[in-house]
Amino acid sequence: MTKIIEPAKRTNIFRRPSSEYGFWSWVTTVDHKKIGIMYGYAAFFFLLIGGLEALVLRIQLAQPDNSFLSAAEYNAMFTMHGTTMVFLAIMPISAAFFNYLLPLQIGARDVAFPRLNALSFWLWVAGGLFLYSTFIFGTAGAPEGGYLAEEVGWLGNAPNGGWFGYQPNAGFKYSPGTAMDYWALGLQILGISSLVSAFNFIVTIINMRTKGMRFMRMPVFTWMTFAVAFLLAFSLPIIAIALFYVTFDRQFGTTFFLVEGGGDPVLWQHLFWLFGHPEVYILILPAFGIVSEILPTFSRKPLFGYAAIVFAGFGIAFIGFGVWAHHMFASAISPVAQAGFGLSTMVIAVPTGVKIFNWLGTIWGGKLNLKTPMLFALGFIGMFVIGGLSGVTHSIVPADTQQTDTYYIVAHFHYVLFGGAMFGIFGGLYYWFPKVWGRMYNETLGQIHFWTMMIGFNLTFGPMHWLGLQGQVRRTWVYAEETNLGFWNLIVSIGAFIIALSILIFMANWIYSRRKGEKAPFDPWDARTIEWTIPSPTPVWNFSKAPEVKALDDFWHAKYDEDEEGRAVRRDTADALLLQLEEEGLNPEEEIELPNPSYFPIILASGLPFFGYAVIYKSIPLALIGAVLLLVGSFGWAIEPLEEEFTTKEEEE
Amino acid sequence: MNKKGLFKYKNFSVLSLIFLTACIENAPMDSLSPAGPYARQIDELFWLTFWIAVGVFFLVMGVLVFSVFYFRDMPGKPEPKQIHGNNVLELMWTIIPVLILAAIAVPTVRTIFDLAKEPEDALKIEVIGHQWWFEYKYPEYGITTANVMVIPEDTPVRLEMWSNDVLHNYWVPKLNGKRYLVPGQKTYLNLHADGADEFWAQCGEYCGLSHSKMRGRVLSLTQEDFEKWINNEKLNAEKDLPESSLAAEGQQVYLNAGCTQCHVINGVWDIQGDRIAPNLTHFANRNVFAGAALKNNKENLTKWLANPPEIKPGTFMPNLELTEKEIEALIAYLGTLK
Repeated sequence: MTKIIEPAKRTNIFRRPSSEYGFWSWVTTVDHKKIGIMYGYAAFFFLLIGGLEALVLRIQLAQPDNSFLSAAEYNAMFTMHGTTMVFLAIMPISAAFFNYLLPLQIGARDVAFPRLNALSFWLWVAGGLFLYSTFIFGTAGAPEGGYLAEEVGWLGNAPNGGWFGYQPNAGFKYSPGTAMDYWALGLQILGISSLVSAFNFIVTIINMRTKGMRFMRMPVFTWMTFAVAFLLAFSLPIIAIALFYVTFDRQFGTTFFLVEGGGDPVLWQHLFWLFGHPEVYILILPAFGIVSEILPTFSRKPLFGYAAIVFAGFGIAFIGFGVWAHHMFASAISPVAQAGFGLSTMVIAVPTGVKIFNWLGTIWGGKLNLKTPMLFALGFIGMFVIGGLSGVTHSIVPADTQQTDTYYIVAHFHYVLFGGAMFGIFGGLYYWFPKVWGRMYNETLGQIHFWTMMIGFNLTFGPMHWLGLQGQVRRTWVYAEETNLGFWNLIVSIGAFIIALSILIFMANWIYSRRKGEKAPFDPWDARTIEWTIPSPTPVWNFSKAPEVKALDDFWHAKYDEDEEGRAVRRDTADALLLQLEEEGLNPEEEIELPNPSYFPIILASGLPFFGYAVIYKSIPLALIGAVLLLVGSFGWAIEPLEEEFTTKEEEE
Repeated sequence: MNKKGLFKYKNFSVLSLIFLTACIENAPMDSLSPAGPYARQIDELFWLTFWIAVGVFFLVMGVLVFSVFYFRDMPGKPEPKQIHGNNVLELMWTIIPVLILAAIAVPTVRTIFDLAKEPEDALKIEVIGHQWWFEYKYPEYGITTANVMVIPEDTPVRLEMWSNDVLHNYWVPKLNGKRYLVPGQKTYLNLHADGADEFWAQCGEYCGLSHSKMRGRVLSLTQEDFEKWINNEKLNAEKDLPESSLAAEGQQVYLNAGCTQCHVINGVWDIQGDRIAPNLTHFANRNVFAGAALKNNKENLTKWLANPPEIKPGTFMPNLELTEKEIEALIAYLGTLK
């Protein structure tokens, strides 16, 4: 006898999808875990592409006056490297963590708006594919009136105005062709995606916390997600408007940034960095959160100064909106503005320092278990401190006028975004690997990965400080032999390939451990937060019954008490508790209702690229296709019933 | 400011970086070898910050490395004390960094305003950014030149700058920090070279295809040489060249092959108004050309004139399909433009 479940009647354009396995289950899923995993893999794919672009750049720069790439190709590669790493790698990998962990950390069944969550993901995919379709359809070339000795080639037919898209260089006159339109419209779509998830996460954190999960009991990672969501919500509208200006300038003859028409190119710099600097914290705060989870767990101590770390995070997020012009110290701003933004930049170092000192306080006096996640977290502190300190030298405005636009800056922000954000992310990937896959990663390979990456990273980005101080400017296709910069550039290029090797080791570990790794217990790290109270891998329903939280680090306190000296003592009841949790987690007492899958998020999302193409090629039919998809998507979404009515009938086999 | 007393440690810092410099000698774009008071002021501020940063770095790394070795899990180690925080410590590591930063902030703000001040009795030079070369005008003398800026030694120079197209960023690392060139807006930068020397310049801001080849030179001369240079620059080029000389043939190429569309030679082909290409009147006196990307010699000129976009992708100078003979004549003519 098999139970066959089928819908009683069709109540919508499509039948509500019901597959739980296979291709369609992924396409139509609204499960935050599946969406998180898709974000993770897709972002990692783009991380590899961005990494390949970086390797190509480093081959070109390995020698002075090299001709491996043409200027057009080089400029396209560094533009796409930056754009990819920011918008298609680090942001979505952070989104993968948010999606997967946020509901688990606050004891929720899913995010507040599961279909909206799926929409965010598919919009992001749509934006990424649209942006990368520039390699097939895009065109780029010399500025109006300029000459090229050779064709641009497919590698060069990509956006080439830099990820910062400074105007008027990225305008129609100096960047003709369609590539920069792909950039502007692609980022526009990606921005909508992030904006949608920002609101989703804010609502989720405010409304979906389980019983007893007061704000000041939330894990720090959840707090940082909260901060990032606000940063996204406030900064993305700025870039959205600025990108509309760019598109209007390029396509419809407006002159927002063109002096000839009374526009102002410096306005773009202000708008871009007013978004761009909060964006830096959007990239780094998730790593702060991850590290704040890993350090206490592997030190077997509570996070030192929990409240200070949380408030410092929000302090950084808040001040982060008041430092944008430090990207423009050499630009057309007055000494008063230079002094003001220099000071605000110094101020932001204070909460950042508070975080670092509190992390040190966390490991001080602990019992450090140096597993791979912990190595990455400790490596994160070391590398981030270097990036932070070189950041302070930028607040010294006169010194910054020497360093800005040189490799010193490249070194600085890679220490922050690679040594910082990426190290934190890798730590998190290892830390939560058992929870996601129900298997352990290979510790030996993990340690090898850490050390090769550590060496490769410092070999790549350490000498860049020196190269910058020695006068190597950024975004430089070639440098003259007489500048004597060849030696360290070669070292840097070698370092880049060592990083590539470490990524291969990581991938090998991942693929091997996914299939052959040891079965993971549900609490392999003797962890502190409630996502470790449920089975590994996480069951579809997350928590079989809504947990009740009595304290910060609730799970730890359920397992451990403190003796008179303040040392942790395992409770007698701990083992029984674990057994009980495991039993309960897999066998929910009552039937659990989960949000139903839906076709509409992906349909709605697929409409937007058509609008993008329609604007670029001024095509009404394309706009109509986009409009139909958008309308079907949103209308169907609106009338889609929450529950399909199902009938169950039993049938003989 | 007392440069010698207060910043003595700078000498030490220079020594300690020698191991780094072992592989780099004479980096002409080195921002750490200031050759004038403006750059020196910046340099001192940088090293002050640098050493404070090094102090903080060793403090943090010291604690980190110590903790990793001393607190690492070992068999028999008791469970750690569960310390949740310490308000006194929180206050300390908030207030102490604030004080350190305040100490750096004072000289920073002072230097910002110092550097922005217009020096008295400064030589005024206008710097105009083009894709991908710098044009220099001396309004007091009515001189227009390109790629090589000539200044008198030990004299403050006030640059008034703007761009003809996109954003550029003027940078002579040994003389001062960077300043953007913005279309439709004027920006200012002061230079001051201690002695007679040659300095490298480079556009800092990404400005399109050949950004990396938008370079420059600043030549500082003794007062005497500078005046000689000024007087020479004021002269027009010779129009009448000895007949049937190679240079005279070259002049005909210049006049007829299309060069005059963009290039002015005073006395030979004068046009009022701005042209999009360098003024060639005293071309032979400049040791570099093509946005200072190439040394001014016959080999490079031959390469350049044969196919300019090959060397500077995106350049507004087309390949004029000149014959080898025409190129040779043109080079001979350019050689007479002293």
